[in-house]
Amino acid sequence: MIAGHFKRALEDIVANPLISTLAVATIALSILIVGAAVLIAQNTDLALQEWKRSVRVMAYLASDPPVPAAELARRIEALEGVASARFIARDDALSELKVRMANQASLLENLIENPLPDAFEIRLKPDEQGWERLEGVAAHLRTLPGIGDVEYGRQWAGAARDVARLLRTGGMVMSGLFLAAALAIVANTIRMVVTSRREEVEVMRWVGASEPFVRAPFYIAGLVQGLVGAGLGLGALYAAFDALSTRPELAVLAEFVPFRFLTPAMIGAILAASTAVGALGAHLSLGRRSSA
Amino acid sequence: MTDADAAAPIIRLARVAHAYDRHQALADLSFEIAKNEWVFITGPSGAGKSTLLKLLYFGTRASAGEVFIDGENPARLPPRRVALLRRKCGVIFQDYKLIPGRSVFANVALVLEASGHRRRLIPQKVRSVLRLVGMESHAAALPPRLSGGEQQRVAVARAIVGDPKLILADEPTGSLDEVSARGVMDLLRAAYIRGATVVIATHDQRLIGEIGGRVLMLDRGRLTRSVQVDKHYDRRAF
Repeated sequence: MIAGHFKRALEDIVANPLISTLAVATIALSILIVGAAVLIAQNTDLALQEWKRSVRVMAYLASDPPVPAAELARRIEALEGVASARFIARDDALSELKVRMANQASLLENLIENPLPDAFEIRLKPDEQGWERLEGVAAHLRTLPGIGDVEYGRQWAGAARDVARLLRTGGMVMSGLFLAAALAIVANTIRMVVTSRREEVEVMRWVGASEPFVRAPFYIAGLVQGLVGAGLGLGALYAAFDALSTRPELAVLAEFVPFRFLTPAMIGAILAASTAVGALGAHLSLGRRSSA
Repeated sequence: MTDADAAAPIIRLARVAHAYDRHQALADLSFEIAKNEWVFITGPSGAGKSTLLKLLYFGTRASAGEVFIDGENPARLPPRRVALLRRKCGVIFQDYKLIPGRSVFANVALVLEASGHRRRLIPQKVRSVLRLVGMESHAAALPPRLSGGEQQRVAVARAIVGDPKLILADEPTGSLDEVSARGVMDLLRAAYIRGATVVIATHDQRLIGEIGGRVLMLDRGRLTRSVQVDKHYDRRAF
């Protein structure tokens, strides 16, 4: 029975090449855009996570702290979310700076006195690296006696977060629009096939075919169009991703951002969503009971 | 089947009327047809024969009154039950209504597929029915490539393949030559002998005279006479 429905569905697709191609192409384009949005969001998230993993909070001490450094270190490490606090003496910091700026050593040669303060380099626990936690730790640090200033790249972090949000929201809106367009086109495609087979559907009903029997081939056609469209869209996305991620211009960026294609779970979800769009398109075109 | 079931009519119409827009096609129609009865519905053009048949195969719904097929009123049944009821009926349409893009075999097999027959048994059954109507050698042909008589025989095969309790035929010999017409009537006769009820809408008085049976005469949508006639009756009786 199911084999027969499949055969009829495929016959319908082949018998209407233009509208079937249009439906598959629209779904493929939609999936390409949806997939690209998901891919960008996923890699932005990865980049932010990578950045957050390496993020450290620097707490600079006031010139004459009322609390000894060892006591401050103990208090800092007692803060929620803090993994470690390493004391960096101002002289060590200057020595380190000189090593880093070996090529511009002349800039530091004429210093009369060390301008750098003593500091703590604070690292957060891996599972406590959310933006809110980072800001919370920084706020707590500022309240500790002897802490003069706290730095953690707040502006950069805020901008990155805003970009990630924008990409995610924009991607979702565009994905929604294109999926709606795909849905409308699949529904119209199936409606055209139903109309072209109106007489056959009528005969089927007269010989006692049940509604599921009459409708099954149309649903299968929708499912097949959704699946093929998704396959083509994801294939095109992978080709574009592969071509871009291996470009020499992006090789430098790739050292910091681990570019990755969609996860198998995400690919599965996109295929499932596209197939569902195909089936939903068929359902919308057939209505509660087809007028055919 | 109980005695009461056996005695119950397979068709019962109670004060049925049907109108297309403002045209009254049928009016105040009440009659019964017993199981395994052979019935002709006749009358002049526009009398309402085809409309009546359409009501019987649920091609349309009566504007008023009630139609019962095998004790059930299709207008009050959910679609699933209507489909089951339709499987008890084999319909031969005046214009055959074969699916042009499907082979003769597929057109006939559709009835069995739709009613959920075991797939592996379908080819054997379809071939035997096509052999019965003399169309076995045309099993792979598409209907538009067949003559009118051949299409009519395929339509008959499709109507009888599911062994229906009720066969409804609308002018089944209307466009056929004498030999083809006789062949089609022989097939319907064979189904009748096997226990089916056969209802034929026709304006062909000669056909009625040759076969005999119960005759329901319509005129302007009303039942004017219901008589039992023997073979070779005198059509001037009407």
